[in-house]
Amino acid sequence: MALKIVKGSIDRMFDKNLQDLVRGIRNHKEDEAKYISTCIDEIKQELKQDNIAVKANAVCKLTYLQMLGYDVSWAAFNIVEVMSSSKFTYKRIGYLAASQCFHESTDVIMLTTNQIRKDLSSPNQYDTGVALTGLSCFVTPDLARDLANDIMTLMSHTKPYIRKKAVLIMYKVFLKYPESLRPAFPRLKEKLEDPDPGVQSAAVNVICELARRNPKNYLSLAPLFFKLMTSSTNNWVLIKIIKLVSCFCVVKYLGLLAMSKILKTHPKSVQSHKDLILQCLDDKDESIRLRALDLLYGMVSKKNLMEIVKKLMLHVDKAEGTTYRDELLTKIIDICSQSNYQYITNFEWYISILVELTRLEGTRHGHLIASQMLDVAIRVKAIRIFAVAQMATLLDNAHLLTGNMQRNGICEVLYAAAWICGEFSEHLENPMQTLEAMLRPKVATLPGHIQAVYVQNAAKLFSTVLKSQEGSTEGTAAQETSQLMIDRLPLFVQSANLEVQERASCILQLVKYIQKLQQKEVEVAEEVSALFAGELNPVAPKAQKKVPVPEGLDLDAWINEPPSESESEDEQPKAIFAKEEPKHSRSRHTEVDEKELARRREARKQEQANNPFYIKASPSSQKVYQESPGVEHIPVVQIDLTVPLKVPGLPMSDQYLKLEEERRQKERADKKKKEKKKRKEKRSGRGRRHDSGPESEEDITPAHMVDIVTEEMPEMCLTLNHKVCDIQGNLQDGSQVVVSVIFENKCDSLLKSMEFNVLDSLNSKLQRPEGSGPHDGFTVPFQLPPGVSNEARLVFTVQSIVMPQKMKGTLTFIVKNEDSSIHEKLDFKLHFTCTSYLITTPCYSDAFAKLLESGDLKCSSVRLEEVNMPFHHLLARICFHHHFSVVERIDSCASMYSRSIQGHHVCLLVKTSGQTVSIDAKCDEPTLLGNVLDEIKQTFSQC
Amino acid sequence: MFRWSHLVIYICVQMQFMLLFSRQGKLRLQKWYVPLCDKEKKKITRELLQTVLARKPKMCSFLEWRDLKVVYKRYASLYFCCAIENQDNELITLEIIHRYVELLDKYFGSVCELDIIFNFEKAYFILDEFLLGGEAQETSKKNVLKAIEQADLLQEIVLETVSQIY
Repeated sequence: MALKIVKGSIDRMFDKNLQDLVRGIRNHKEDEAKYISTCIDEIKQELKQDNIAVKANAVCKLTYLQMLGYDVSWAAFNIVEVMSSSKFTYKRIGYLAASQCFHESTDVIMLTTNQIRKDLSSPNQYDTGVALTGLSCFVTPDLARDLANDIMTLMSHTKPYIRKKAVLIMYKVFLKYPESLRPAFPRLKEKLEDPDPGVQSAAVNVICELARRNPKNYLSLAPLFFKLMTSSTNNWVLIKIIKLVSCFCVVKYLGLLAMSKILKTHPKSVQSHKDLILQCLDDKDESIRLRALDLLYGMVSKKNLMEIVKKLMLHVDKAEGTTYRDELLTKIIDICSQSNYQYITNFEWYISILVELTRLEGTRHGHLIASQMLDVAIRVKAIRIFAVAQMATLLDNAHLLTGNMQRNGICEVLYAAAWICGEFSEHLENPMQTLEAMLRPKVATLPGHIQAVYVQNAAKLFSTVLKSQEGSTEGTAAQETSQLMIDRLPLFVQSANLEVQERASCILQLVKYIQKLQQKEVEVAEEVSALFAGELNPVAPKAQKKVPVPEGLDLDAWINEPPSESESEDEQPKAIFAKEEPKHSRSRHTEVDEKELARRREARKQEQANNPFYIKASPSSQKVYQESPGVEHIPVVQIDLTVPLKVPGLPMSDQYLKLEEERRQKERADKKKKEKKKRKEKRSGRGRRHDSGPESEEDITPAHMVDIVTEEMPEMCLTLNHKVCDIQGNLQDGSQVVVSVIFENKCDSLLKSMEFNVLDSLNSKLQRPEGSGPHDGFTVPFQLPPGVSNEARLVFTVQSIVMPQKMKGTLTFIVKNEDSSIHEKLDFKLHFTCTSYLITTPCYSDAFAKLLESGDLKCSSVRLEEVNMPFHHLLARICFHHHFSVVERIDSCASMYSRSIQGHHVCLLVKTSGQTVSIDAKCDEPTLLGNVLDEIKQTFSQC
Repeated sequence: MFRWSHLVIYICVQMQFMLLFSRQGKLRLQKWYVPLCDKEKKKITRELLQTVLARKPKMCSFLEWRDLKVVYKRYASLYFCCAIENQDNELITLEIIHRYVELLDKYFGSVCELDIIFNFEKAYFILDEFLLGGEAQETSKKNVLKAIEQADLLQEIVLETVSQIY
C-alpha cells in the first residue's frame, strides 16, 4: 500500500520511470531503435541534473538498456555517482548498474576504491552487502590489493550475512591478488567451523575452488573435511566436500596405482620418484600407504636398498597401528630377501636391521624375523661370527624383548638366537655367559618349542665350554660348568611340554654321567663334542631331487595307518628345525620325461650361474649330517663376503649406510683414476670410453668398457651458439640465469644422444634434473638431422653476479652415419658477462634523481675515444647490448638506468663531445660497475 | 616427468554466466561471473540463444558448447540457461536454476515473465543474494528472501522520506 502511494508521487516527478520505458519499448515494436535513441537522449538530460533520485532512475533505465545490448559505457561516471549516494535505494541501483556494466578495463573503477571501502565498513549490513555483491562482479587486481584487508576483516563480522559474502568474495580476491592468500588463509580455515551453515558452506566452496588448483597444499585440511562430511546435514556442502576429498585421496591412490603399472615397463622412470613415494608413507590413508609399500618393493636396487630400508625403519618407529606396523615389517623383510637376497650387499647391515626389528613390541611376525636370521646365518658363512655375537646379545637381553612372553610374537626370535648361538658356538666370545643366559629360570615362561631349542642348544654350548675349559685351566672350572647344568636343567625336566621334558631329562642324565667321569679326572670334552660334530650346511631348495630313492622304497606308501579324520588340529606337534622349509620334507618323484628334465636342468644351471651366491658343487671336506650316498653332489650354497666388518655392541644399521657410501665413493674414485690413465694411453683418440653418466646399477659392479672405432672427423661438425638471452626467476631470489643454447648441425650426419655438461664452479652451477648427481650432464632433448638447428634452455644458479664468469664445458654426442656411429665431443666455454645479469628496467626521472641523491652509490667513469656514430645510435647500442633504458636525454647528454637480477642499481650519465664519449656511472656495487663499464668499453672498441 | 597435477580431476562447480531469455529470443536477464568485454558477451548471447531455442522440447537439458557445458531449463515461456566448466556437475547446476525459480516464485507470488521484465532489478537482487561470484552463497530460501525483504524495507523507508521532501 505504502509503496504504491510512494510510487505515485515519484511518477509525477520523473519524466519516465523504468516501467514506462519497458512499456514504451513494448509499444514501439516497429521502430524500437528510434524510440530507444530518444530515450537515451532523455536519460542524458536526466543525468545532467543534480537530483540524485533522477540520476538513479536514469541509471536504472540504462541498466535495462545495457541488457538489450546498447552501449552505456559513457555513463560509467554517473554510475559511480549513484553508487556513492548515501541512500540505500540509490546505492543499490548504482551497484547493480556497476556490476552489470563495469569490467576490468573500465577506468572509473579506480575512483571507486574509497567509496567501496566506506560502504564495506558501513554500520548498515545491507550497504556492506551490496558493496560486496557489486565488487564480486568487477573486482580488479588493484581493487583486490587495496581492499583485501577490509574484506578479510569482514570475514569475522558479527553478522553471518556479511561473513558468508566476505568469504565468497575472498576467492575472487585471491584470483586477482594471490599474495593475499597467505595472510587470509588461517581465517578462511576458521570459517570451515563457523556456527552458521551458510558461512561454512561458503568457506567449503572457496577452499574447494582453491584446492582444485593445487590439491597438495590443502591436504592438511583433509581431517577437517572428513569431520564436516560426517557432521554436516547440508547436502550442498556435502557434494562439495565429497568432491574435494576425492581430489585429495583418489588422485594420490590413482597416481600410485598408475606408477605400479609403469614400474613394470619403465622401472627407471618410476625410481626417480622414490622420494615422492616415500612421502606417501606418511599419508593418513592406509590404503595409500600400502600401495606405496607395494611400489617400493618393485623399486629397490643394490644402490638404494639401504636408503629405502632406513626410511622404512623410521616409519616403523612412527607407526602406531600394529597392523600397519606389521605390514611394514613384512615388507622390509620381503624387500630385503627378494630374489635370494639379490640386492643385499652387506649382510651385517641386514642382521642389524633384523635385530633392530626385534625391538618392536607386539608384532605377530616374530617367526618371520627368526626364519630370516636362521637363513642368513646358515647360508652366509662370513656373517656367522657377527651374527653369533648379535644373537648372544639378544639372548642376554631377552628380558628386554618383552615382559609377557607367552603372548608376544617377538619371542620367536629367541628361537633363532638360541639355535644360532648353539650351532655356531665356536664363534662365541664368551660361551659361558651365553650358557648362563640360556639357563635362566625366566626361560621357563617361554613357549614350549622355544624352550626345547634352548635346552638342546644349551647342551651344544656345554660341549663347547667344556672343550675350552679342559684345554686351558684345571678341571674344576669344567666341573663347575657341569654343576651349573645339573642345577638348572631340572627346571626344564618339570616342564609341561613333553618335548622340553624329554630333551631336558635326556641331557640331564648325560651331564650327570659326564660329571661322574670328570670326578674321575677323565677328559670328556672330546667325546661330548662328538655328539654335535659336523657342520650344518645349507641345502639348496631342489637338492633333495638329487638324492636317489633307494630301491624298494615307496615314498607314497603309508608307513602307519592313515590318521583318522577326527584328529584335532591343535595337537599337531610344532616342527623344530625344518619349520621354515616344510616343502623339503616330502619330495616326490613325479613322472617327468627326459626332455623336460633336461630342460629344467638347463634352466636351473642358468639360474645358478646368474646367482652370485651360488658356487658350483665342489668336493667338500666338511662332514655333513646325513651320510647318504651321493650327498657330496648336493650343491651347497656358500656365501662369502669380501669385507667382513666388525662393529662392536648392538648394531646400528645407519652405520652401514655410511660405510657403504664410503665404499662406493672409493670405488668411484678408483674408477676415475683408471679412467684418466686410460685416456692418457689412448690419446691417439682411437677409442673412447662411454661417458660415465648417472651412476647406474652397472657402476657398482666393475665398469663396462665400450670401444668405439673413430674415423677422422672434421673437428667442428657442430657449431654451438650460445648467448645468455633471458634471465628468469623472481628478483627476490635473483640467482637464476637462463642460457639458451642454439645447436646447429653443419655436417651431413645425424647427431644424437647429445649430452651437455659443464664444470660447475663454486659460484655458478648448472641446474640438473632432479635426482642426478653434481657431475651428470644435461641430456639435450632432441636429435639434430643434418643442417638443422634447435635451441635448448639451461638454467644456471649464480651466487655472486659482480664478476664475469667463464665456465668450461663439454658436449658429447653420437654422429650417426648410414653404416657407423661415432662418439664425438666438443669443448666450449660459456662466458657470463656482467651485462647478462642486468635487466632492462624502466625508471622515471624523479626516481632516478632520488636514487642519485641518496648517496649510497659508488662512482666510476670511463672515456671512449673515436666513436664515430650519432649519439642516438650510441644510446641504442648501450640499450641493446647492455640492457639499459634511457631515463632522460637532453641534447648530447643522457641518463640511463638498469638493474641487476639481484637488485643492484646501475645509473649512467653519458655525454658526448665530438668523437669522445664520457660515461659517468654510479652503482651500489663497485666491482659490478667496473666490470659493466669494461664491457661497454669493449663493445665500442670492436666497432 | 610425472606430476601429481596431471592427475587432478576438476570437479567443483563454478558458474561462468547465467542468461534468462524468452521463447522469442529476447534477453531478460544476464549475469556474468567471468570478465568479458561487451562484444564477446553479445556474441556468446546471440550464439547460445540460437542454439538453445533450436532444440526440441524432449532433448537433453545439457549440451556441450565451445569448451563449456550449458545447462538450461524452460519454465513457461522463459529459458534459464547457465554455462559451467566442462568438469563441473550439471545436476547441481540444474538444482541451482530451480532454486532460483523457486525464489522468484516466492518473492513475486507465482512469477511470470512480465514480473521479471518490469522488476528486472529485483530479479537481479534476488540472484545476487543467492549466488555470488558464480558460487552458491546461500542455500536457504528463507534466508535469501529475508535478506531481500529487509533491503526492500530499507528502500521503502528511504522512498517515503524522499516523497516527504518533495
